[in-house]
Amino acid sequence: MDLSMRWLADYVDCDMPIKEFVSGITLSGSKVECYEKEGEYLSNVVVGQVKQIERHPDSDHMFITQVDVGESELVQIVTGAQNVKKDDFVPVAKHKSTVLHEGKQVKITKGKLRGVASNGMLCSLGELGLTVHDFPYAIEDGIFILGDDCDKTVGKDIKEAIGFNDTKVEFEITSNRPDCMSVIGLARETAATFGKTLNVKKPEYKGVSGNINDVISVKIHNTQLCPRYMAAVVKNVKIEQSPRWLRERLRASGVRPINNFVDITNFVMLEYGHPMHAFDLRYVSGNSINIRNAQQGEKITTLDGIERELSSEMLVIADADKPVAVAGVMGGEYSGIMDDTTTVVFESACFDGASVRTTAKKLGMRTDASSRYEKGLDPHNCYDALMRACQLVEQLGAGEVLDTHIDEDFHDDTPKSVEFDSAWINRFLGTDIPEQKMIDYLTSLDFEVKDGRVYAPHFRIDIERPCDIAEEVARLYDYNNIPSTIIRGVAQAQRTPKQKFERSIRRAMFACGVNEIETFSFISPKFFDKINLPADSKLRNCVKISNPLGEDTSVMRTTILPSICETLARNSNYRNPECYIFELGNEYLPVKDEVLPAEPKRLGIGVYDTVSGFDFYDLKGMIENVLDRVGASSVTFERADANCGYDEFSAFHPGRAAIVKAAGTTVGIFGELHPKTLENYGLSMRAYAAKLDLPQIMENSDPQKVYKPLPKYPATTRDIAVVCDDEIPVAELEKAITKAVGAILEKVTLFDVYKGEQIEKGKKSVAYSISMRSHEGTLTDEQADKAMEKVLKELSAIGAELRA
Amino acid sequence: MKEQLKSIEERAKAELKEISDSKVLEDFRVKFLGKKGELTAILKQMGKLSAEERPVIGQLANKVRADIENALNARASELKSAAEAQRLKSETLDVTLPGKKARIGRPHPLDAVLEDVEEVFLGMGFDIVEGPEVETDHYCFEALNMPPHHPARDTQDTFYISDSVLLRTQTSSVQIRTMEKMKPPIRIISPGRVYRSDAVDATHSPLFHQIEGLVIDKGVTMGDLKGTLELLMKRLYGDSAKIRLRPHHFPYTEPSAEVDMMCFNCHGQGCSMCKQEGWVELLGAGMVHPKVLEECGIDPNVYSGFAFGIGLERITMGRYNINDMRLLYENDMRFLEQF
Repeated sequence: MDLSMRWLADYVDCDMPIKEFVSGITLSGSKVECYEKEGEYLSNVVVGQVKQIERHPDSDHMFITQVDVGESELVQIVTGAQNVKKDDFVPVAKHKSTVLHEGKQVKITKGKLRGVASNGMLCSLGELGLTVHDFPYAIEDGIFILGDDCDKTVGKDIKEAIGFNDTKVEFEITSNRPDCMSVIGLARETAATFGKTLNVKKPEYKGVSGNINDVISVKIHNTQLCPRYMAAVVKNVKIEQSPRWLRERLRASGVRPINNFVDITNFVMLEYGHPMHAFDLRYVSGNSINIRNAQQGEKITTLDGIERELSSEMLVIADADKPVAVAGVMGGEYSGIMDDTTTVVFESACFDGASVRTTAKKLGMRTDASSRYEKGLDPHNCYDALMRACQLVEQLGAGEVLDTHIDEDFHDDTPKSVEFDSAWINRFLGTDIPEQKMIDYLTSLDFEVKDGRVYAPHFRIDIERPCDIAEEVARLYDYNNIPSTIIRGVAQAQRTPKQKFERSIRRAMFACGVNEIETFSFISPKFFDKINLPADSKLRNCVKISNPLGEDTSVMRTTILPSICETLARNSNYRNPECYIFELGNEYLPVKDEVLPAEPKRLGIGVYDTVSGFDFYDLKGMIENVLDRVGASSVTFERADANCGYDEFSAFHPGRAAIVKAAGTTVGIFGELHPKTLENYGLSMRAYAAKLDLPQIMENSDPQKVYKPLPKYPATTRDIAVVCDDEIPVAELEKAITKAVGAILEKVTLFDVYKGEQIEKGKKSVAYSISMRSHEGTLTDEQADKAMEKVLKELSAIGAELRA
Repeated sequence: MKEQLKSIEERAKAELKEISDSKVLEDFRVKFLGKKGELTAILKQMGKLSAEERPVIGQLANKVRADIENALNARASELKSAAEAQRLKSETLDVTLPGKKARIGRPHPLDAVLEDVEEVFLGMGFDIVEGPEVETDHYCFEALNMPPHHPARDTQDTFYISDSVLLRTQTSSVQIRTMEKMKPPIRIISPGRVYRSDAVDATHSPLFHQIEGLVIDKGVTMGDLKGTLELLMKRLYGDSAKIRLRPHHFPYTEPSAEVDMMCFNCHGQGCSMCKQEGWVELLGAGMVHPKVLEECGIDPNVYSGFAFGIGLERITMGRYNINDMRLLYENDMRFLEQF
């Protein structure tokens, strides 16, 4: 809401530096977003009177003027405008002044125009930053000739002379305080905040004698949705421009002046915070106003020229035949004021907030009126608003107001009250504010304290409980004066096992040299295709957002893999030569017969490195490290295939993808990305990715480390090389060795795999170093030899023979 | 013999001076002091001497041997130091050549700051709890005193899954889930992702992070809220950090406040970073609304409490001087490796 400081000054003395006002009112709860002084870009522009005017000798469209700007000598100015006459009062931008040109501040200095000296410029409205709405008698493309509503003292600063010197303050008013969406509401807050007096008089008007019931009838058919409807009638209407004081208040409030009646309704809405409507009586068929629910499918063309279909829960203002306005939202196309309107019906009504909100939303037209009504307005205010409108009509001489009005009033008038307990308030806030001070604060806000209760003024829809009173006290006391304290009592806290587990995973990833990332949890359904997910994959069944910002963020991810690939692709696009990233992020998996999806945490890893190189085994080593850090039990690896339990398998190179198990449970998939995946993401290098299921890993891990005594006896090491079919995974050879050596096995280390010359095609040579150690004594050669014999036997059983 | 011994000593000393190689030094030892060396050869002739001469010559011979040995050892150690000095000189490195760096993974700035915040609160006895991001309308709005059609819902543009399921717009939903499960005293924080239908730009993102805080106990005051937040900001930003509270409105707290921090850049004077305000908005907070307590079966006449919601992006950007929120989700290595 934009507040005119000049308007505010009509009701409260706010004669203080603007900075002080802004900071004080913000700290008492009405937050100022920013403020702006009107015409700040104008300097050294004054009122001048054209004393002489003659044609430029060398130009057929320019004139040479001699202008009185209140100085000892006339100023010669050349102008190209055609509308200036002798004796006109005009804005004069003197030598070294600034005005507005095409929205920007420009400097005016003296110079020559076709050889004739020009010591400044005569200004148009545009050069002052105004439009014809501000001065309807002026023209758009000519010099602004000052009218009788301006101060014509020559030499006077133009901003003062034409009333373009207000300060506009923009407030962010919270939804619980619709009463502050008005000049009077903010005047009340200003008075309370700065300890000033509020000068608001009840508006009154004289009126002309006449019975309104002879002119129009009002009937409320749904008093639930319309608790109060007031109407007044103005005869012999004269549609004119509003006076300058009214126009400039509207302008500073961000509302464009139109004509006196439209301006009056807008003025009252801004001043009292209560929307008004003005109907042309000619278009109220049957001279009857009915506030009723719309019929299902009933149509209305609203002021903006759009035909809208209504439904039965919507409230309309109807005449005898048809709806003429959507209640609290917008008038119908013929309901407005026209140049030939003779009789006007003012509406000042109150509609149910939730109903207006739903209707406006459904019709897709949120208006200034609807956004006020939906917060819940005070039915009391209907009266003051209507009286103020009638008063303004008389003041402006815009017509004759009948001295009777209609008031259909069904609202509950019981004042709201809350128990007043100053001791409780102090305990609750942690303060020591004297009771009398609290009462003073409350009184300044129009609350009444009597008999141990606080009575809220009727415009305060937000007061229901003692804590609401505490807030009123606290905000005038200033929150920042409340002493800061530390919560009493002791409490202990620590991370949960899950949080500790996730922390160790993170730290292990850091140690592996991988950077943490954060990606969006929503993705495009197209991303499933980008990772080659089968058409019938269960991962395509995802949580869909019904009103997404765009397709790219329209479904919740069921796999973290696309987020990883996307990040690799982006880094590659940025020409980063290497990318090491991981994310600890959720997947969102729909659960049958459950309202909410499961949100399991995953570790996603992605790597490419065009500098030092990176391969499958680097990634595998990383995963081994991480699992080792968190104490995952019996970690094993297997080649992944289409039935490995991860539909993401299709994203990987089929020969270079593995699943990892902990204690027999599958906990993740990783490997080199499939060339098709790389192509889909525009990656020109080999890239690697992994997805690990954290809950499953945690279930199969024991973070507790136990010390094993260091060996007392030396180890014996034997090396062997065997030849076997290339197909046989080395894991099987290791399994055989482990089984054969038994308890004395300390470590099996693979140190060479060789294919090529001297080895039969389709076979490979694998070399191991086997370290054995006993905790009972030094192993003898015999013991070691015996173990090695068994090893060869076991290996032979699976088709691996000692290399000749 | 005396003369012979003297001459051996003189020759030995002269030869020793010429030796500059430790191998030659060994030859020298053999030649003079070895079993078949010159000195041994002389001593073998001792038998021919008279009983009077024998001890005199014997003594002299021992002295000559000791002298030569000493000279030899001195020369050896000289040569060793020279050789070592030579080696050290030859091994001089250009220490300005680049170091060989091991890869170090870095925390994402959001997570780094979150970890700091968590440490502060763990220290104050706050447990860390988590809640679902896909949430029901009940937990996200209704139980927080925002019935359907409540105007405050407008300030949080919501992504809906269905009429009753949505992406949570605030971590406050976890307040309700916590109060349903735990009985007071309660001290928790709940960090997590929240979603609002805002297009991406330098200061907006449809997904961002909040850290919810909730304290419920007997006699919890608004002064406690203020003290807790002040402590947090001092821990995060140093002892000079200053905050101010402004009245605001949230349906689930009363009184409600918005908390600003004094602009780092201008110290409250007003500059372009703080849009001339001197203060930067940090978080929302307030005393838990009695309706919310009642909704969770906690008697507001016995218990009171406070809640706050911190925007993690905002404090992170403030901390590292990051001027564009998009950087946080682009995950450009050149960005990530700065932290």
